[in-house]
Amino acid sequence: MRVLIVLAAIAAVSSGCEREVRPFQTLPVASARAQRVVETTLHPGDAPPPATGQNSPFRENAWGVGEGKRLFTYYNCSGCHANGGGGMGPPLMDDKWIYGYEPANIFQTIVEGRPNGMPSFRNKIPDQQVWMLVAYVQSMSGNVRYDALPSRSDHMRYSTPENARRAQTPKQTGPR
Amino acid sequence: MTDAELLERTWYVPRGVLGWLSVADHRTIGKRYLVTAFAFFLFAGVLAGLMRIQLAVPNNRFLGPDLYNQIFTVHGTMMMFLFAVPVMEAMGIYLVPLMVGARNIAFPRLNTYSYFVFLCGGVMLVATMLLNTAPDVGWFSYVPLAGPDYTPGKRADFWAQLITFTEVAALAVAVELVATIFKLRAPGMTLNRIPLFVWSILVMSFMVIFAMPAVVTGSSFLLMDRLVGTHFYNPAEGGDPLLFQHLFWFFGHPEVYIIFIPALGMVSSIITTFTQRPIFGYTALVLALIATGFIGFGLWVHHMFATGLPQLGLHYFTAASIVIAIPSGVQIFCWIASLWRGRPRFETPLLFVIGFIIIFVLGGLSGVTLASVPFDLQVHDTYYVVAHFHYVLIGGAVFPLIGGVYYWFPKITGRMMDNTVGIVNFVVLFVGFNVTFFPMHQAGLMGMPRRVYTYPADMGWNTVNLISSLGALLLVIGGAMLIYNMVTSYLWGAVAGDNPWNADTLEWGTTSPPPVYNFLYPPVVEGRHALWERTAAAPVVTGGRLDCRECLVTDVMDGEPSNKTEFPGPTIWPFVAAIFTSIMFIGSIFTAWAVPIGTVPIAIALILWFWPHAPGHDIGAPEEESTPVVEARAS
Amino acid sequence: MIVRALLLVAAAAAAGCSGNQNVFNPAGPAARDIASLGWQLFIVCGAVYLLTLLALAWALARRRVPSDDTVETTASLTRTVTIATVLSIVILIGITISSVVHGRGLTSPSGPGAITLDAIGHQWWWEFQYRDLTPSDFVTSPNELHIPVGVPIQIKAMSRDVIHSFWVPNLHGKRDLIPGQVTNFWIQADTPGVYRGQCAEFCGHQHANMAFTVVAEPMDKFQQWIRAQRQPAAEPVNAEQARGQEVFLQGPCVMCHTIRGTSAGSRVGPELTHVGSRLTIAAGTLPNTRGHLGGWVLDSQSVKPGNRMPPNALTSDDLQAVLSYLRSLR
Repeated sequence: MRVLIVLAAIAAVSSGCEREVRPFQTLPVASARAQRVVETTLHPGDAPPPATGQNSPFRENAWGVGEGKRLFTYYNCSGCHANGGGGMGPPLMDDKWIYGYEPANIFQTIVEGRPNGMPSFRNKIPDQQVWMLVAYVQSMSGNVRYDALPSRSDHMRYSTPENARRAQTPKQTGPR
Repeated sequence: MTDAELLERTWYVPRGVLGWLSVADHRTIGKRYLVTAFAFFLFAGVLAGLMRIQLAVPNNRFLGPDLYNQIFTVHGTMMMFLFAVPVMEAMGIYLVPLMVGARNIAFPRLNTYSYFVFLCGGVMLVATMLLNTAPDVGWFSYVPLAGPDYTPGKRADFWAQLITFTEVAALAVAVELVATIFKLRAPGMTLNRIPLFVWSILVMSFMVIFAMPAVVTGSSFLLMDRLVGTHFYNPAEGGDPLLFQHLFWFFGHPEVYIIFIPALGMVSSIITTFTQRPIFGYTALVLALIATGFIGFGLWVHHMFATGLPQLGLHYFTAASIVIAIPSGVQIFCWIASLWRGRPRFETPLLFVIGFIIIFVLGGLSGVTLASVPFDLQVHDTYYVVAHFHYVLIGGAVFPLIGGVYYWFPKITGRMMDNTVGIVNFVVLFVGFNVTFFPMHQAGLMGMPRRVYTYPADMGWNTVNLISSLGALLLVIGGAMLIYNMVTSYLWGAVAGDNPWNADTLEWGTTSPPPVYNFLYPPVVEGRHALWERTAAAPVVTGGRLDCRECLVTDVMDGEPSNKTEFPGPTIWPFVAAIFTSIMFIGSIFTAWAVPIGTVPIAIALILWFWPHAPGHDIGAPEEESTPVVEARAS
Repeated sequence: MIVRALLLVAAAAAAGCSGNQNVFNPAGPAARDIASLGWQLFIVCGAVYLLTLLALAWALARRRVPSDDTVETTASLTRTVTIATVLSIVILIGITISSVVHGRGLTSPSGPGAITLDAIGHQWWWEFQYRDLTPSDFVTSPNELHIPVGVPIQIKAMSRDVIHSFWVPNLHGKRDLIPGQVTNFWIQADTPGVYRGQCAEFCGHQHANMAFTVVAEPMDKFQQWIRAQRQPAAEPVNAEQARGQEVFLQGPCVMCHTIRGTSAGSRVGPELTHVGSRLTIAAGTLPNTRGHLGGWVLDSQSVKPGNRMPPNALTSDDLQAVLSYLRSLR
């Protein structure tokens, strides 16, 4: 019985491993080049293109999402996207995604820029930080793991905290 | 059946797995609390050893910053919340009913509940340590660092909820101890005749009752900020980070006295027994304990001298922090006077008490230096403070506790601990402690701040840190020696009689270990030193019901019998309620819905727990009314 | 045991009374005051401790006599304990008064504050801002504070994120930087020199490596320094430096760092306009040499794991160019 209790307790918190990792330095310095992120798995021929980055590596990592939230302010994304509500740029906390909602799509949006005003941050934001921003942007509509969602920030309240928002099912609204 | 056999049957301790979970007996729960608290002590001690390895040399890479931060946080949290307070309460749970002549502690099922809540909280913290989700924000977890912005994930939530676990457990035990001490004393034990250890537990329990709610409030506000987005500590929306500090330290300062005051009671017990004289200055010692308890609530801002609060207020807290040295000083003088006029027997418990005086007085004096605002502004948050609080906590609480372990081990287990090993144990611990912590005063004065995972090689801190780390090795050896002594004595130690030390308090007036009913007939107390002042034809209480768990209730001031009450027997519901409580607490870390949903099973368990039973429910049906009688009988 | 402890103290103290960041090596009036209070406290408390230990030793070692158990002995013990208590109270009152008197001297500066500056704490670096009547003359100096000798410096301390604590032991006692409020205090150096300060409130992963330097210099050198800091960044003078500036402006550096006089204007990281003139980098963690700067730029996470600066993948030529450029920014 004691064993059961202990195991149950461990199981209850065991899901925390992935959420709490702090991978400070993942890119080897000397050979770090931009990861190839492709937005589709379709390809001609037999061999798929060498590609990585289909997953949002920080989707289940609370620290990564938190860092993404910090970087969102640092890099002035709020200048156009206003903490997710939009302004000059489209809102990020709703379910409408012009250029796609997959992590690879969001990555490419940030790195390549998009028509109608989204700047390209290629060579300006390292890949690991872009993935943190991807995870944070996904969290704005509740699309990361529920216990990795950020809560209120230490600023004036601008919106419901991310972990209190209703999760949205994303839809692509731009041209297919 | 003889009276003893009847009582044995009535007060039985159930066996088997279900029995282990349903026991409502204070000695069993007290032993469990002691063993569990010591297990946490060892775990936290290992963490400290890891810290000292990391700090032995500059720029060490043994532990990275993230792991080091988790380790020092869990070390502090575990020591303060899972070892120091529970172990003192555990000594109270085991010894207080015996010392006041009762058969069981008041509210025994609550006792069981509190143990399982404590155990679940501790297991939760250990599990977080193993799963990279241990809190990493320091044992007092200041905001905004512990707030949602700067500690993402669930680490700080586990810290805050651990507070809730341990405070619920501690409050429950405090309530039981107060009720036992006030209402379950043996007839004739007036307030004036209560042993000093019992006084210390009484003061501690009142301090727990008044201090714990503040920290539960502070940690609950933190949980709410982190989970549901309140703004208690968010200055941008009208909150204040200093609110957390005030709430925490309003508890945090009394907390250290909660830990320290029972140790003072143990010191008085040991000195009385090992000088074979009544203690000098009983009244002064009691008043000093009470004064410490009161004044302890007025000092908390001395942890916040650097926060920019107004100067006049700070000087008030300087004065209060210095005033509290006076009752402590009175106690030290009374104990030295007791040692002066008694005939000391230099056995292990007394050695630990002497070690306590040497170490604690140094710690208390470094505390007086810290009370001075200008000086504190230089040494606050440096290793000087680390040295100070280890001197007062280890010297002031752990040394008396180990002395108490050597002293009461025969009573609890029926075997004597080895005295020679004990003396060596004392020397190793005393030397190891001083070698570890004295150089930290120097490190702090040389500018080394606290909570640093490493330090540069050119600051001049290398030697003192290396010496501290080597001393820590000695402490590990001393700790291992203590465990060795406890285990081998438990298995093969010399059998102890009822009163191997010729002590004066009531717990030594029954067998070692005590029977399940504590005393065959509850004794009547005729003086302050119950066993020394007992005549051969001393009265005992007879005539009570022996076939159900009946206890005599006496009044608060004079110990006059007032009525009898029936105590509950073993039941599974406290354990079930504790499990549901733990599920609710842990669930509320992840979702706020756990609170409304989680209270339903708890309510059901509580209803089943308190379901009224007919009198004599636990053992047979009542046959006749009984009237307890005080009569002289050779004991 | 006590003798051993005292010898240890003496030995360590002999080495430990000098040195940077040492409470007993004061270089300013506040620290001097506190150090003298500290000595008073240690002498008084040390004497009390010695007396207590002697009393304990005597109590344990004395030969017992039958008159110990009489009422007269109890009465005389009571007298002794009472006297000891009264003496303790007197000593403690003395300590309180001394502490309050010293404290009052510390709250108000020795003279009118000549310089006001902001100390802003970040995770895990310091931003010192010298204000001026002309806003364009504000000077921001990260991690390095220059002050004129003999002049009280009024500091307004704030934090951008969590609680930090500003502490230069050679000059004064610490004050916390608490978000949501401004803490006012003053410091003053009487002896020219370079002093090290360190954050003294646990503030996260790199609390251990959040140090800063205080350079106390004569007023004219201080004015010179301020004038130099007010200038925009030096222009590149050769091809390598020009290439370095190009790499800087085209790469990720501009997302966090300002170099006044160029288009780099981000304020989330330390300002680099005069980075070449500083004594240390990475908040006092590394000396400001070409090699250390190179290591920091390439892989700051190895030096300060968890700090806000990511590693940068530069080719070796680009790295050398950037280093030449940065080191030219004096």
